[in-house]
Amino acid sequence: MALDENGKRIFKVVGTRPPRPDGIDKVTGRAMYGADATAPGMLQGHILRSPHAHARIKSIDTSEAEALSGVKAVVTAKDFGLPDDESVLDVQDNCMARDKALYDGHPVAAVAASSAAIAKKALKLIKVDYEILPHVTDVDEAMKPDAPIVQTGRAMEDLPDGLSENVTYHFEFGHGDMDAGFAKADKIIERSFKTAATHQGYIEPHACLASMNSDGKGELWCCTQGQFYVRELCADIMQMDASQLRVTASEIGGGFGGKTTVFIEPVALALSRKSGRPVKIVMTRDEVFRATGPTVSSSTDVKIGMTKDGRITAAHATLRYQGGAFPCGTVQFGAQSAFAAYDLEAVQTIGWSALTNRPKEAAYRAPGAPMAIYAVESVVDELCQELNLDPLDVRLKNAAQKGTKSSYGPTFDDIGLKATLDAAKAHPHYAAPLGPNQGRGLSCGFWFNFGGNTCVSMNLNFDGTVGITEGNPDIGGSRASISQMAAEELGIPYEKVRTIVADTNSIGHNDVTDGSRVTFAVGLATIKAAREAIKEMCTRVAKIWDIDADAVYWEDGYAKPSGPNAGTFDPMSLEEIAAISAQTGGPIAGHHEVNADGAGVSFGVHLVDVEVDPETGATTVLRYTVFQDAGKAIHPDYVEGQMQGGAVQGIGWALNEEYIYGEDGLLQNPSLLDYRIPVASDLPNIDTVILEIPNPGHPYGVRGVGETPIVPPLAAISNAVSRALDLRMFELPMSPPKILKALSSKV
Amino acid sequence: MRYAKPTTTAQAVSLLNEEQGISRILSGGTDVLVQIKAGMLEPDLIVDIKHLEGIKDITLEDGGYRIGAAVSGAQLGEHEGVAALWPGVVEGFELIGSTQVQGRATMAGNLCNGSPAADSVPGLITADAIARIEGPDGTRDCAIIDIPVSPGKISLAKGEFITSIYLPKRPERASDAYLRFIPRTEMDIAVVAAAVSLELDVDGVCIKARVSLGAVAPTVLLVETAADCIVGTKLDDAALEALSVACSAVCNPIDDKRGTIEFRTHTAGVLAKRAALIAYGRAGGQK
Repeated sequence: MALDENGKRIFKVVGTRPPRPDGIDKVTGRAMYGADATAPGMLQGHILRSPHAHARIKSIDTSEAEALSGVKAVVTAKDFGLPDDESVLDVQDNCMARDKALYDGHPVAAVAASSAAIAKKALKLIKVDYEILPHVTDVDEAMKPDAPIVQTGRAMEDLPDGLSENVTYHFEFGHGDMDAGFAKADKIIERSFKTAATHQGYIEPHACLASMNSDGKGELWCCTQGQFYVRELCADIMQMDASQLRVTASEIGGGFGGKTTVFIEPVALALSRKSGRPVKIVMTRDEVFRATGPTVSSSTDVKIGMTKDGRITAAHATLRYQGGAFPCGTVQFGAQSAFAAYDLEAVQTIGWSALTNRPKEAAYRAPGAPMAIYAVESVVDELCQELNLDPLDVRLKNAAQKGTKSSYGPTFDDIGLKATLDAAKAHPHYAAPLGPNQGRGLSCGFWFNFGGNTCVSMNLNFDGTVGITEGNPDIGGSRASISQMAAEELGIPYEKVRTIVADTNSIGHNDVTDGSRVTFAVGLATIKAAREAIKEMCTRVAKIWDIDADAVYWEDGYAKPSGPNAGTFDPMSLEEIAAISAQTGGPIAGHHEVNADGAGVSFGVHLVDVEVDPETGATTVLRYTVFQDAGKAIHPDYVEGQMQGGAVQGIGWALNEEYIYGEDGLLQNPSLLDYRIPVASDLPNIDTVILEIPNPGHPYGVRGVGETPIVPPLAAISNAVSRALDLRMFELPMSPPKILKALSSKV
Repeated sequence: MRYAKPTTTAQAVSLLNEEQGISRILSGGTDVLVQIKAGMLEPDLIVDIKHLEGIKDITLEDGGYRIGAAVSGAQLGEHEGVAALWPGVVEGFELIGSTQVQGRATMAGNLCNGSPAADSVPGLITADAIARIEGPDGTRDCAIIDIPVSPGKISLAKGEFITSIYLPKRPERASDAYLRFIPRTEMDIAVVAAAVSLELDVDGVCIKARVSLGAVAPTVLLVETAADCIVGTKLDDAALEALSVACSAVCNPIDDKRGTIEFRTHTAGVLAKRAALIAYGRAGGQK
């Protein structure tokens, strides 16, 4: 659906900042999250997890647990079938280990009991006979030929000699003559980087309530970013028809991509089926860290050539990602993002993916992109230092724009990168003076964005209010922005519209809330649904006025005769039309179903000042400004919130967050105490500058904004720290011990 | 698990003494309840001491202050007398946890948790504070330095518990300071910590000092060799450098998720130097 022709449209509701519809419920504790669901006769489900990084499960004896009074069901992998689809089987195996425990925290059995205390006691009565196997958690180690094999039979086809069977995926792409490109360079820098796995860190742990009835129907309430995908996975795993499993998404306490799959839901369903009772499972924070998806960890080599005046002549990257114990394709996103900000004549990107004894990776906000762009933007920054060039000028000189053939293939349409860079250059932050031990860093960021399958239903109530039913859990304010777009299109106040998120049996399929897709795709479907409702309203009014339907048009919430020839009638408001709709043909509605394309890529630039304490290696973020192209900001508060939130998560990733594994392959820091997400007092105010370069693929020009802002912080902060120290950093997180160690080796 | 709420110390002592299984004292509960919830601890008996007489009182005694074992961080922080006399002790204690935790947490609890990273302990050690202990054999007083034994272990015998901590009086031109290193700005556990308490003469020369380090050994350390480096000086650069070196020299830390041996050893010296300067300024020393 193309940008409306009247691109200079003056919006009345879009672009304002009305109160969030979920705000009161959330601040008063009334909002219903995953753990708030209850049912009569409900049991408590608890999961027994592997205490080993890698072990063969020789046997599991559940008899004593089953005999304990109050225990109603115990399940192991034997209680699940074998789905045909390999990716579904991987999901199932991740929820309940079959032959081997593949990582510390991998579920091996589960209990449903009449109380949590009994369930926990029962877990201790389950006897698992493990044969401990050697393990590997580092991506570079996992690729070596003598590495412990995480899963046999999963190696890529035509595995090159000298690589481990853990290597599951490889590709290369690019364009141009690399040798000729590097030959033109005045300076070539080649560096290697590593990033640690980080967790999405949502506040709400996973929780669900499952009820399988004896007639084969099922109900599942859960905290998820996509109830339809949960239904699809669970129906496949439970071998039941999708229509028989109704999934209702709760309010969600953060997701960031990590709630786009299932961990406990199939287990709760299996326990419910076996016990004949509803079963609730709520994860602890320890379980969240050990057994839900962090993002990948990475090892990357980047080589870039540049002329003395700052033109990039050739660029190469090799990316190696591990996504835990199951095959994962995230490296593809990293590779495609790596050089997206640049207009390059010669570029080549190579990707590798390997299995390790870690939890199965789950999406995390622009999955794969931050670590790839961290490596690229670090080398670009070092080239700027070496050639004594302004880092913003160099990015402007090489920036991708409309018509640029991107490094990953497609040719860009209208994009806002140059405008964003110009805004950064003009901002007072860029010219502000720096003190001793301080440094300024910047980085570009990019994300593809996504549209996808979307259904929206809009109903006009007899009192002139409007109900919208959509199918994507609201993780970033989508109920507000959808209501705003509906109000805008219909010409009624925002307060007259209420948007709800429906269960899987109340509306058609919606893809997961991911890819920054909801404001774009659901918004687009909402506008279409509104236009359909408007058409119907005009038809009704034409009947009343006894004129042709196309002689009635809609403006500012009123049906009006289209001109003198149509006749003279008093305009009719939506409220008036809705009030008499029972007499003119029945209730009025609009709906729209689409597999939306044209999401429109998004670029951002982050500018950050840091100060590093040279005696302790501690980094303080002093000032931070985010510049991003939002296409059209529907609810600017939420857009700014996304920009700030992404920056904050990136700050954590750059400075302190990491999955720390011991020699034993066990996760050392599965708690919010030792997995160090920034706290509020660690952060400056994150300043934001929204740019609006309309997306040609959306009627109002919307681009998704949720993911791009986590992409630049890693490099921006590393560049700032490296300039503050006058010492290039190559590894994240840049925790104080690492900075101090780097400093001690400098002298 | 049984829960008991004695109203006399004698009852509390006898409950603790007679328990055959695992018993724990509940005061603020900011360690015990967290450990139970995390599945690290399954006590058979919880003895809630919050209802003992005087347990939540701060009283002036011989120019110093007796602080009841159930006095919270919030209560202590608002006590102007203690905050003026022992600012380093109060600031160490107040660094623990969040505002909510401060409403519950107690210094005696922090001490008895036995962590080498306990934020209130280095300050108490440099203050030469005394714990009053009730037990089957009656009442006894014990220097704070003698309470921790090893990580998670303390020297109290079966049936014993701390009822108060005494912070002694001190002369004019004396003060103290506590610094810890955490990678964040709050809500974290000390990776390394240092407390310094000192007294100055009228000329600003340090005449007495105590230096303590946290999270660099199995227990909080009292570092007399470091204190010696600043006694007799006005904390000039050479004295501070010697203090820093002396502190690093006694460190015997572990490598773990929170920090490396190298980092802790180095940073202990840095923090001691910085804490000494703050204490010096508070005591009226001019730099």
